[in-house]
Amino acid sequence: MALLDIRQRAGYLFLGVMLGHILLISAQVNSRSGVPILEAVTFGVFAEVERTISAAFSSVRRVWTGYAGLRNVQSENEALTRQLEAAQIALQQQRALADRTRNLEQLLELRDRSNLNTTAAEIIAAGATPDFRTLTIDKGTRDGVRPDMAVIAPAGVVGRVVIPSTRAAKVQLLIDRNAAAGAVVERSRAQGVVTGSGENRLRMDYVSEVADVIVGDIIVTSGIDGIYPKGYVIGQVESVEKSGTAYKTITVKPAVDFTSLEEVLVVLTPTPAREAAEGTVE
Amino acid sequence: MKAAAIILGVAAALALQTTLARYVRGTVAVNLVLVAVVYVALMSGPVTGLLTGAFAGLVQDALSTGIIGIGGLAKTLVGFLTGIIGTQFIVAQPVPRFFVFFGATLLHELVFIGLYTLLDLRHFGTPYAAVARQAAGNAAVGVVAFQLVEFLPGAVERRRTTKSRLRR
Repeated sequence: MALLDIRQRAGYLFLGVMLGHILLISAQVNSRSGVPILEAVTFGVFAEVERTISAAFSSVRRVWTGYAGLRNVQSENEALTRQLEAAQIALQQQRALADRTRNLEQLLELRDRSNLNTTAAEIIAAGATPDFRTLTIDKGTRDGVRPDMAVIAPAGVVGRVVIPSTRAAKVQLLIDRNAAAGAVVERSRAQGVVTGSGENRLRMDYVSEVADVIVGDIIVTSGIDGIYPKGYVIGQVESVEKSGTAYKTITVKPAVDFTSLEEVLVVLTPTPAREAAEGTVE
Repeated sequence: MKAAAIILGVAAALALQTTLARYVRGTVAVNLVLVAVVYVALMSGPVTGLLTGAFAGLVQDALSTGIIGIGGLAKTLVGFLTGIIGTQFIVAQPVPRFFVFFGATLLHELVFIGLYTLLDLRHFGTPYAAVARQAAGNAAVGVVAFQLVEFLPGAVERRRTTKSRLRR
């Protein structure tokens, strides 16, 4: 009978549910500090479901590709791919090291930061909505993952950790509309900020009109944001336009193909800027 | 029983969204949860539609990095209005269904992006092309889902008839 009444009063129910949502949104907008508990708990629970589904999918894929296909060639290919990825990571580390060496500030640094402490993580799910560009990885606080840790791939920068749970973490991709990273043009050292657009392209803002930037230039992280380690590849300049303001409009093609990511590295070593901010520099 | 089926349906849409989206390349971004909400609303009316929208939106919000409630509010509105359309008009052919899914996605994105912009929480720029692509993608998936569901029982029926004929 009561259910019948509710059905007859669909309009009231609609208004009630809408009002509930507005109150919920208001509460978060006014008093939001850190990650909401509801969000963290829901993510933690669903991450386990995603992990199970991902494991099932991976098993099926492994069976299909490993056993039904050319098994030896497949495993050899996987080993070579890992070697190549390791070499690419090493190359990026060397690039970062060379970059630091060029700058005199490295001479003042006593600690060796060339060897980043990282942990490998497998991607277990994509974002729950296409409006947010996120991924879920299978490493969490139990593995030392914390919010705002950088996530990189052999090709370049992937994003940052936003919500870690015990055994999983949500990663905001660099192409998300709310993502940004301090960046520098590798060739001319022109500085700017790379921001996501929600699509598969990045935008480099705050680059002076007189700065030397040409199509094809490599954009690397500057390290000043306190999240991403310095000297890691973000992408390549695709177009440079003079927008009439004091800054150039630069479009950057990301170095990482975000649609084909399967494994990433979480950088556990804090950046110098972050250490300085936290007051942990020795 | 119906509530359990709807919860399972939304959970399946979410699982597909988070799993299959990794393997689908290209620029078409489909929101399977929204498709599920519109489908349920068209099939069951405004009350079930708004409740499904609220539930699905809140879960999706909780799994995203945004504010919890904005997606819920957008989907509640979409579920309610789509339910009303489903009861007031005959939406039984692929073309009308396509337009309902397309329009529902546009409304959802308008409310979703509008609220984020209004509250100055997130800047979406001018995502007209992305929204249009998503609307077309959702509409295509929605129409196919309807066709599949309607085709399957018929197919089973035909198979039974064929078997019984063969036995005779």
